[in-house]
Amino acid sequence: MFYREAGQYKTTYKADMAVFPLVQDRIGIIAILAIAFIGVPLLASEFIILSVMVPFLVFALAAIGLNILTGYTGLISLGTGAFMGVGAYACYKLTTIFPGVNIIVWIIVSGFFSAAIGVVFGLPSLRIKGFYLAVATLAAQFFLQWCFVRIPWLYNYNASGAIEVPERTLFGIAITGARATPEVRYLVLLSIVVVLAWLASNLVHGRIGRSWMAVRDMDIAAELMGIRLLPTKLLAFAVSSFYCGVAGACMMFLWYGGGEANDAFNVNQSFNVLFMVIIGGLGSLIGSFFGAFFISTLPTILKFGVPAIGIPLTGAFAEHLTHVMVGALIIFFLIVEPHGLARLWQIAKQKLRVWPFPY
Amino acid sequence: MTDATISAREAKPLPKWAVVTGSIVAVVIAIVLANAAGLMPKGTLLHGALIKPFVDMVDLPDLFVQTIWEGFVGGVLYALIALGFVLIFKASGVFNFAQGIMVVFAGLTLVGVYEKFASFGFTGMIAAYLAVVVALGVMFLLAVAVERVVLRPLVNQPDIILFMATFGLTYLLIGLGETIYGGSAKVMIADQLGLPKGAIDFDILGGRVTLQKLDIAAAVIAVAMIAVLAFFFQYTRIGRALRAVADSHKAALSVGISLNQIWIIVWFTAGIVALITGIMWGARSDVSFGLQTIALKALPVLILGGFTSVPGAIVGGLIIGIGEKIGEFYWGPLFGNGIESWLAYVIALAFLMFRPQGLFGDKIIERI
Amino acid sequence: MRAPSATDIAAGEVILAVENVSLGFGGVKALTDVSFDIRKGEVRAIIGPNGAGKTSMLNCINGFYHPTEGRITFKGKTRPKMRPHEAAAGGIARTFQNVALFKGMSTLDNIMAGRTLKMNRSFFWQILRHGPAMDEEIEHRKFVEEIIDFLEIQHIRKVPVGKLPYGLQKRVELGRALAMQPDVLLLDEPMAGMNLEEKEDMCRFILDVSNQYGTTIALIEHDMGVVMDLSDRVVVLEYGRKIADGTPDEVKRDQRVIDAYLGVAH
Repeated sequence: MFYREAGQYKTTYKADMAVFPLVQDRIGIIAILAIAFIGVPLLASEFIILSVMVPFLVFALAAIGLNILTGYTGLISLGTGAFMGVGAYACYKLTTIFPGVNIIVWIIVSGFFSAAIGVVFGLPSLRIKGFYLAVATLAAQFFLQWCFVRIPWLYNYNASGAIEVPERTLFGIAITGARATPEVRYLVLLSIVVVLAWLASNLVHGRIGRSWMAVRDMDIAAELMGIRLLPTKLLAFAVSSFYCGVAGACMMFLWYGGGEANDAFNVNQSFNVLFMVIIGGLGSLIGSFFGAFFISTLPTILKFGVPAIGIPLTGAFAEHLTHVMVGALIIFFLIVEPHGLARLWQIAKQKLRVWPFPY
Repeated sequence: MTDATISAREAKPLPKWAVVTGSIVAVVIAIVLANAAGLMPKGTLLHGALIKPFVDMVDLPDLFVQTIWEGFVGGVLYALIALGFVLIFKASGVFNFAQGIMVVFAGLTLVGVYEKFASFGFTGMIAAYLAVVVALGVMFLLAVAVERVVLRPLVNQPDIILFMATFGLTYLLIGLGETIYGGSAKVMIADQLGLPKGAIDFDILGGRVTLQKLDIAAAVIAVAMIAVLAFFFQYTRIGRALRAVADSHKAALSVGISLNQIWIIVWFTAGIVALITGIMWGARSDVSFGLQTIALKALPVLILGGFTSVPGAIVGGLIIGIGEKIGEFYWGPLFGNGIESWLAYVIALAFLMFRPQGLFGDKIIERI
Repeated sequence: MRAPSATDIAAGEVILAVENVSLGFGGVKALTDVSFDIRKGEVRAIIGPNGAGKTSMLNCINGFYHPTEGRITFKGKTRPKMRPHEAAAGGIARTFQNVALFKGMSTLDNIMAGRTLKMNRSFFWQILRHGPAMDEEIEHRKFVEEIIDFLEIQHIRKVPVGKLPYGLQKRVELGRALAMQPDVLLLDEPMAGMNLEEKEDMCRFILDVSNQYGTTIALIEHDMGVVMDLSDRVVVLEYGRKIADGTPDEVKRDQRVIDAYLGVAH
């Protein structure tokens, strides 16, 4: 009833090419942004912000990154965790060497370091395809992880062997470090995510996005249309790693507030992000958000939600159960809708459009 | 046609192997000459990377043999994991990420069941082998469950979806294993199973090489199992059906082969391989979920050998096993050790750049 | 543009020349010493029994395979190891025997992908999707809409092509090739697996392309009626060798062609 496109005629190609062509969609996105920017910081508890919203946003960024590579360009990567690590360590070194420059600048710039490393490890993608490439990206994962641990310069020779996030401010307000409030960190993170998500959406809707998808769907035909495979794939690696790198820097500076590579940027993190992309929907930006939300909050919900309805869980048992549940849910979702939550969302919108009629 | 085009046509490029061998020989000669000319004094990075390891190998040949042996045993175990993987990939086209965790799960089940028996006072070899039978039963149930719950509903989905499903399976098995058997490491019941203990020493090459009897047993059992599997595939009706399914699902279906049955058999076979791997690996260290990371090492093995080749899995396993031990032992100190964690992947990656189809794969001809 | 008449073609300049081309895969010879030429503006058919090497020939022309011997001259230039994207940039477009569309993309996006080479706004504008990048996008969208109108596929503009029936997919694929504004259009069995009505539509489109845009067309086709009606000249391959070359009438009367198609009485 509310979701009708009847009467909304598009008179220009520009209007037809908009990302949200329907009025209802535009209203919806504005409402979501308003809630995210104003409602959440005002109303949500510290726990909700730190345990739900911040992890969700960090992983949404990483999932967008991996989705560009895997969902749009069809290159499977198991090195996401390491590329996130490159961003985090680059940001740490940059802010150590140039403490005067605003940390937000360094968070973004660290993405470029990650992009450069991503291009290097993307080079084999011209010759190696499919699962072989997935295994090849494991080389990046383990090699970079080893570097993070074995090169003390990267973590400023800290005795802990970990990144220790210093305090940095914006307009006199602490945005990283111990004194930064959850609300401030959340707002900074949210702004970064919104801007980068908008840019990603621009990219995938234009010529570059079409080249990526063409390479994904039929690389031979793409080449015969004049799309050069290596530059296209490398660009995907670069952009993808950029997003992952920024996500990693955000993770360390705005969420963890410090930590060690073997915990934060290990191969399980790579798998985690891959789950998000697949559960959310390959080749869908909105799916990246769905997937990130689902996977990143599931453990929290199980841990705190299940005892809340009266089923007692001990810590270790809850963790084991989380594994079982995540595993079962992944299989369940793949069987119910292999194209991910994004497809379910589309189907729901389609149903709304024709409601109350079935077709 | 001009003369130039004729001569260009006649100058055929050298075969690839000749180029590769030639350049390796040239590099070796260059290094030796540079060393003789005193360009790489001791203690420099170049000397440490290019000269010292080889000098060490020649000076202490017993140590070199020992390193190769260690690598060989590690390689056999990699090969076993890869083998289970290849079986499943061949027959169902599924990139089974859960093979590593199946090894852990099978091992844990075996130990867990034996502990249960022991709590009734039922111990010894008979109890141990009864536990093996029970563990096999569990692996069979797992195969049936996987076929029913995962493969059958997902048939005809893209490869990546099935791949992700095995990820789900991995998490499920980890959680299940932890819930049932607890998260702590367990000791494999090697004695009760009658596996040999102790070591044999050989005095060769002016030194001593120590071989663990257990390692020898692992190698022998692995070889025996591979022989049995090869026989099974080559000469039995089910083996023939399996190969048919591997070639083409549709064609196999059209001649009346039941895909569901074949899948159960294959996953069960992979389960048996997993159990044996679990016993061997568990006996060398312990049975814990830490094995999972080591199981990831089976992936570069697969790259080397190709996803569908059983001999490839074995040769690949040995190359990776020996390669990473030698690398760690002779070159590791140069990089501050721990290079074992990524060396296998880099070896595989470097290899792929020259042969994208793997060791035993056919050259890929792209068609449209 | 005026459609070239038969006399124009007979005297016309050669746009693409194949000289003594051979192609082998290991021991198998797909093509042996094949020579022919394609003149500007004509419709050139390549026919022959299954496995005669027709598709291999097209693959050589657009750089997907490299001939083991012989050479291919396109617009006066000979490039021994032309890459497919270079062929595309030079003005060779192509459709495939088994439709090779980008299945996850909509009809519109597929045809827009054909415009990739003509679009050159930088990454910076692309990422903003405003200003020059948007102008460029709209300009090409207009061109693509013309093709969509021409091929009468307006109704499936936003449908993912993987969901379309085979006949429409073939039409979209033709549209994607046309979007490249090629000088030479290679069509690999454009009518395979179509019913009579779809075939007639496709014939009409091919003739229109030839007449309206003056595009040179080389096509592989099994339907003899179609070949005889559409093409200006025909080259016949059998077992990787050329056995005949000439106008449809000449070829039809050639004894070797009759033998190849009907078999020889032993």
